[in-house]
Amino acid sequence: MDVNLRTAIVVVAVAALLGFLVWGLVKKGESGLAVGEPVPAMALPTLPEGGEGSLEDHRGEWVLMNVWASWCVPCREESPALDRFEKRNRDRITVLGIDTKDLSGDALEFLREFEVEYPQLRDASGDYADAELETTGVPESFLIDPDGNLVAHYPGPFKDEAAIERFAAPALGDGDEAS
Amino acid sequence: MRRLALLLAVFASLAAPSLAGAQDAPVRASLPEVEDEVMCPVCGTLLGLSHSPAAERERVFIRRLIAQGKDKEQIKDALVAEYGGQVLALPENRGIDVWAYAVPVIGFGLGLAGVAWAVIAWRRRRPGDGGGPPAPGPSGEESDRLERDMARFDL
Repeated sequence: MDVNLRTAIVVVAVAALLGFLVWGLVKKGESGLAVGEPVPAMALPTLPEGGEGSLEDHRGEWVLMNVWASWCVPCREESPALDRFEKRNRDRITVLGIDTKDLSGDALEFLREFEVEYPQLRDASGDYADAELETTGVPESFLIDPDGNLVAHYPGPFKDEAAIERFAAPALGDGDEAS
Repeated sequence: MRRLALLLAVFASLAAPSLAGAQDAPVRASLPEVEDEVMCPVCGTLLGLSHSPAAERERVFIRRLIAQGKDKEQIKDALVAEYGGQVLALPENRGIDVWAYAVPVIGFGLGLAGVAWAVIAWRRRRPGDGGGPPAPGPSGEESDRLERDMARFDL
């Protein structure tokens, strides 16, 4: 093999390897969904099981999408406030739960324990939360406008109902800014 | 001789039912055995290496199935039904997952072929084996000097 050709192959291989490394670092450093961008939707089984649903089903409504799991202690702490918020504001905003990486029995027990009434989708593998929503953990919440665009993102648990109301202010028409 | 044959026949008749029973009985799974073949759903590690809350719930689920008498494959199937295929630490031996097993074998074969080809090429290039161009002979001046030196040393 010609020496120049061999050198060229080695240079291209090293450049490709460096390119992959840089691309990986850049991807890792990127934040999740951007405000103003459409929030991806994915057809998921409903919880309790028996149907299928998606964020798309709520197009035309304000949505507070809450990603949770029954094994997550902060999710348990947040849940009562989220329930109270939903019951008081269900005419203005839809709360949509996304149960992720969870056992179905545990998730159902959670819903019974906290008397959760709002719709739930089951993301058993975590594909939706990880790859589409790019969550970094649970709980995480997303405020989505009637056109399906992200208005605000809240990583971590809401401290209380007031914190949820501040986050969802654009949907409630209170004039406050979402955090 | 007849006695020995009779003894063997009696032993065989006694042993046969217990051996057959051992083959029919389902192999009872153990937690460590399953833990080594499935993943923690949130940690990205083997279940056996994780003590996160999610991993603990997965263990409870596995223990419950073991108590119900399920074998390892049934437990793994149940975990896939709960969490999806990513919960398996090893790819399944079907569909596109077969490539996970085939690629290393193919790679090893190609590597072996490459090494063999390189060795053959290297042997062909070795001087004196007929491969490659012949080495140039000594120049006239060098030949004269060689002759002189050989005469001087009485060789």
